[in-house]
Amino acid sequence: MELNSKCPTGPIETRWDRHRFSLKLVNPANKRKHSIIVVGSGLAGGSAAATLAELGYKVKCFCFQDSPRRAHSIAAQGGINAAKNYHNDGDSIYRLFYDTVKGGDFRSRESNVYRLAQISVNIIDQCVAQGVPFAREYSGYLDNRSFGGAQVSRTFYARGQTGQQLLLGAYQALERQIGAGHVEMFPRTEMLDLIVIDGRARGIVTRNLLTGRVESFVADAVVLATGGYGNVYYLSTNAKGSNATAIWRAHKRGALFANPCYTQIHPTCIPVSGDYQSKLTLMSESLRNDGRVWVPLRQGDHRPPHQIPKSERDYYLERRYPAFGNLVPRDVASRNAKNVCDEGRGVGESGLAVYLDFHDAIDRLGKHVIRERYGNLFDMYERITGEDPYQVPMRIFPAIHYTMGGLWVDYNLMSSIPGLYVLGEANFSDHGANRLGASALMQGLADGYFVLPNTICDYLASNRFEPVDASHAAVRDAENQVAEITRRLLDAKGTRSVDSFHRELGALVWEYCGMSRTAEGLKHVLTLIPELRERYWREVKVLGSDGELNQSLEKAGRVADFFELAELMCIDALHRNESCGGHFREEYQTADGEAARDDRHFSYAGAWEFRGVGNAPELHKEPLEFEYVHPAQRSYK
Amino acid sequence: MSTVATRPIRRAVRFYTAPIGKKAVMALTGVILFGYIVGHLLGNLQIYSSDPDQINRYAAFLHSPSNAGLLWGVRLLLLVAVVLHIIASVQLWRLKHAARPIGYVKKDDVPSAYAARTMVWSGPIIAAFVIFHILHLTTGNVVPLRELGPNAPDVRYNLISGFQHPAIAIFYIVAMVLLCMHLYHGLWSMFQSVGISHPRYTPKLKKAAAVCAILILIGEISIPISVMAGLLTY
Amino acid sequence: MRIVLHIWRQRNTNERGRMVRYEVPAVNQEMSFLEMLDVLNEDLISKDEEPVAFDHDCREGICGMCGFMINGVAHGPIRGTTVCQLHMRHYHDGDELYLEPWRSRAFPVVKDLVVNRGSFDRLIAAGGFISASTGSGPDGNAMLVPKQVADRAMDAATCIGCGACVAMCPNASASLFMGAKVSHLGLLPQGQPERRRRVLAMEAQAVEEGFGHCTNIGECEAVCPKEIKLEVIARMNADFIRASWGGRDIEEDESEAAKRPRAGSRR
Ligand SMILES: Cc1cc2nc3c(=O)[nH]c(=O)nc-3n(C[C@H](O)[C@H](O)[C@H](O)COP(=O)(O)OP(=O)(O)OC[C@H]3O[C@@H](n4cnc5c(N)ncnc54)[C@H](O)[C@@H]3O)c2cc1C
Ligand code: HEM
Ligand code: HEM
Ligand code: SF4
Ligand code: F3S
Ligand code: FES
Repeated sequence: MELNSKCPTGPIETRWDRHRFSLKLVNPANKRKHSIIVVGSGLAGGSAAATLAELGYKVKCFCFQDSPRRAHSIAAQGGINAAKNYHNDGDSIYRLFYDTVKGGDFRSRESNVYRLAQISVNIIDQCVAQGVPFAREYSGYLDNRSFGGAQVSRTFYARGQTGQQLLLGAYQALERQIGAGHVEMFPRTEMLDLIVIDGRARGIVTRNLLTGRVESFVADAVVLATGGYGNVYYLSTNAKGSNATAIWRAHKRGALFANPCYTQIHPTCIPVSGDYQSKLTLMSESLRNDGRVWVPLRQGDHRPPHQIPKSERDYYLERRYPAFGNLVPRDVASRNAKNVCDEGRGVGESGLAVYLDFHDAIDRLGKHVIRERYGNLFDMYERITGEDPYQVPMRIFPAIHYTMGGLWVDYNLMSSIPGLYVLGEANFSDHGANRLGASALMQGLADGYFVLPNTICDYLASNRFEPVDASHAAVRDAENQVAEITRRLLDAKGTRSVDSFHRELGALVWEYCGMSRTAEGLKHVLTLIPELRERYWREVKVLGSDGELNQSLEKAGRVADFFELAELMCIDALHRNESCGGHFREEYQTADGEAARDDRHFSYAGAWEFRGVGNAPELHKEPLEFEYVHPAQRSYK
Repeated sequence: MSTVATRPIRRAVRFYTAPIGKKAVMALTGVILFGYIVGHLLGNLQIYSSDPDQINRYAAFLHSPSNAGLLWGVRLLLLVAVVLHIIASVQLWRLKHAARPIGYVKKDDVPSAYAARTMVWSGPIIAAFVIFHILHLTTGNVVPLRELGPNAPDVRYNLISGFQHPAIAIFYIVAMVLLCMHLYHGLWSMFQSVGISHPRYTPKLKKAAAVCAILILIGEISIPISVMAGLLTY
Repeated sequence: MRIVLHIWRQRNTNERGRMVRYEVPAVNQEMSFLEMLDVLNEDLISKDEEPVAFDHDCREGICGMCGFMINGVAHGPIRGTTVCQLHMRHYHDGDELYLEPWRSRAFPVVKDLVVNRGSFDRLIAAGGFISASTGSGPDGNAMLVPKQVADRAMDAATCIGCGACVAMCPNASASLFMGAKVSHLGLLPQGQPERRRRVLAMEAQAVEEGFGHCTNIGECEAVCPKEIKLEVIARMNADFIRASWGGRDIEEDESEAAKRPRAGSRR
């Protein structure tokens, strides 16, 4: 299979314009004759469904929650980047483009990233028009802050609930179209398979989560915007329902899966407190602006933090990275936390945490300033841990937060299956090996509001779509497959709950394919995962029937897919003999312990083709070329 | 007929169909009833005047034929207000039951807004009181009334002789307590219902409503209590 | 510690439900409330009993998916906290807790503690938006919004659509939820053109869905996890009264609206 990224060439500033001009348009009168399925109602899916309907297409939108407003985009706290340069501090589209390519450790496409930076500007305009209550200055102008170590203030925010406000904007636009009859919404409906006819994506098979009814929907094109797959690790900052089922089953139908091993770990999460732990909670990265990270110098020092004198503390980030200090990028901060804990210097009961201390900041600025800046985060911390961070240092530990990998898409956001588009975190497109803070919201909305609505018309205008009815062999086949999986899960009648398997799988992936990876470990875990997967199918216990709301059954199907995806992640991690961004291979580091990229051999996106469960997948490489930003070693010293 | 004439009607229907519209009607009629209560209380308090004839003179003034138009005007306004207030409250009460057909096995109330939750009970009891009250002091169906002359009731006698029956006095007192509760909530609630709210002034308004309700209570029950205690005699 | 739970079990919307008693013997202080239910469910599964169904997703208090009554209080006893953020350290050994689903005609019970809140979506579809089709917005700074106004709009906009206000309100009224949306959009300059139509349409939809009315009791405010203030209801009332009687544009608008398909009660 040949991967054609369809990236335009020529001057980067005009690539998107010229590309749009080259695409075919659908006549306005014909738009309502085209039907489009959008799976997902997050920032990417919600904005796409609303915009497509505004344009006149007939849209069906699906989500597994009880309302489209609950997609996990709602949880994003920090903000959204845009190259508005409202602060006159030297920002520009080019700089955002540059920062994103560099931040992605030179594993993303220049054309895509440039387009993203261009569109970022329109996103803010669109969201303001919808009534998103962004933070303002007293003058009434939009406020910005610098985020995630960026040197310019380009992050727009709405308190600590930016994702919520952006999503509600998209949700309201979507509800407007639902009310007007242009979008048909299917909440509590999970996509379980993709219908491919004559090599083109023509529909999906779904299960109504309330009634258990399995139903097929056909359309001219299918859009997946189903979010990331961080829940492979069981414990992550994702929502409990976040899953890879939609993209994984599309992968099994032929869509290539790119860079699955690129996963991002967020350094400031609330640590695990016990084996009943069900998820991890993120604390905004902005905390590192004023908090100082430390652990005791001595191993096994169990004194309470205030009894450890300054001279016996190791402010390891400030020590190792004098220039950036506590503000080093996420991957660097996370890895260092892991290292000190591996050395036995971790704090808290589990020893898997480091301190984030505001004592000095409170002394310097006063408690009220700290409260103003981080009050809601401190409250949240106290609510969860029962400790008051004004008095005792916070305990934090890294957690899986974002997945850069996803289904491979071309410049038009079309996957390797014609007619199947993938948006948002579900695709692999713009972040390379590492995502910068406040850039996922930007990408999701760029994809949904501005990219897809402009590119999908080319496909619709250049193809003919014969009607497909429910008795079509491909529809039947997909429905039977779904029924078969359900039957196997319910009939296994084993002894262990779905969650117990998921926990075990998550622990394996975290251990061997988490913050740092080794060839040896990956090879080992690649024998363990298939074993566990087989045990799963034999020993899992799912009670109840398929004709009702059955939350165990929902989870069971998702976990089944996580098993297969986990294996692919490890295969990808094992094949990538370099360290880059979120992928850190211990064998490939510089003398002082930093990631060592290998541009000569690995400057490509690795897109995997499914070859059957348990069979080795086939790798396809999309070479990456850098005409504008030249690969260099990232340095934060 | 042009549409110009029907539109206000259509607007009114749409307004009243909505629960918010009904509440606005309750608030407006509530204000009228409240205004009456205040005026009525001021009239009644004249019984404490050092001049024992004061209150009777006032009654004679109200009942004088030259004021008949005004009297009936006020009576009509009150009647309309009470009827609208009651109709709306019954409709809303039915809506409430339709909105939660299956109740909770266990339900706590936070904050324990007792007065607010019992409006539907305090209201009808007040209505029952008013009927009784009119039978008692206006039509004389409960105890015989005395008149000083045509259109000049002997209010002082009627009141004191009435409240010398402990059952009547106690019923009045109970009804006044309920009225106080009704106003305790109603007097600030009506502002909220018509959309007046302010983070700084609403808490003050709530306190003022409470004070007002309690003052009315004290004023009203002082009369039967004084009679029972023998402080007011004919 | 040991916790005794009485949980509403109901197979589906049509069957009748009842309270069933369970015990969770080893509850850890640090667990969240939902993690305790996870533990209960694991135990039920091991005994071949069907686990308790409850809605949840983000488990960080923002998606609005979780929520049920704990001892008659929506989201439990801690102010400004969803059940998923409630922790067991607030309970004591031997506590007996009654868990029930939200109860309201507009939120039919689906199973156990799970209800259907589609009515909230339809309220928004009726008018809880600003019609700004993609691409039509001017520069973000073209319209100034004073900080105080933006902050107040944000206060209202933080509603997570959980439904606790309806569940707790003695009248099963959705006023706090609606008021929050009407206030969020009505405070901002962008929201002015549709301000009248929005409140009329949402109020009409609320009647259609079977929500109750507001008698200003304030229990909704007390349990709202985002601490939305009653002030938003007053604002909605004012907007409604003004929209009902003021201006002639609304009448022209009405005849337009009559032609538009309504956000029907599809499911
Ligand atoms: C805690 C947290 C904080 C974050 N903070 C930031 C930040 O400050 N800035 C930033 O830029 N990014 C942030 N991110 C990342 C960002 O929020 C996400 O990457 C982004 O919102 C993903 O959007 P999405 O539309 O792709 O997916 P989602 O919002 O996850 O939406 C997925 C949708 O797909 C549906 N779905 C999934 N599977 C199925 C299925 N099988 N069938 C039917 N429907 C399905 C779901 O119902 C949902 O509607 C954060 C992420 C997390 C977890
Ligand atoms: C003297 C008589 C009365 C006065 C001064 C009075 C006053 C008020 C006021 C000011 C309100 C608040 C309205 C609002 O919040 O908008 C109210 C509410 C109410 N009244 Fe009365 N009322 C009187 C009699 C009655 C009677 C006779 C009934 C019943 C049959 C009644 C039933 C109610 C009910 C149920 C409410 C609550 C409705 C609500 O808050 O929405 N009231 N009253
Ligand atoms: C202790 C308290 C009260 C006393 C002593 C009292 C006294 C009286 C008296 C003496 C009359 C007859 C006046 C006359 O015929 O000229 C009267 C009439 C009336 N009272 Fe009261 N009253 C009291 C409380 C109330 C309350 C609380 C209400 C309303 C809720 C009320 C409503 C009326 C009405 C409607 C009339 C009839 C007026 C009319 O004839 O038009 N009263 N009251
Ligand atoms: S107003 Fe509060 S209680 Fe009601 S839905 Fe919104 S967040 Fe929940
Ligand atoms: S509790 Fe109910 S009555 Fe109104 S103030 Fe809240 S909606
Ligand atoms: S689970 Fe999302 S708010 Fe509780």
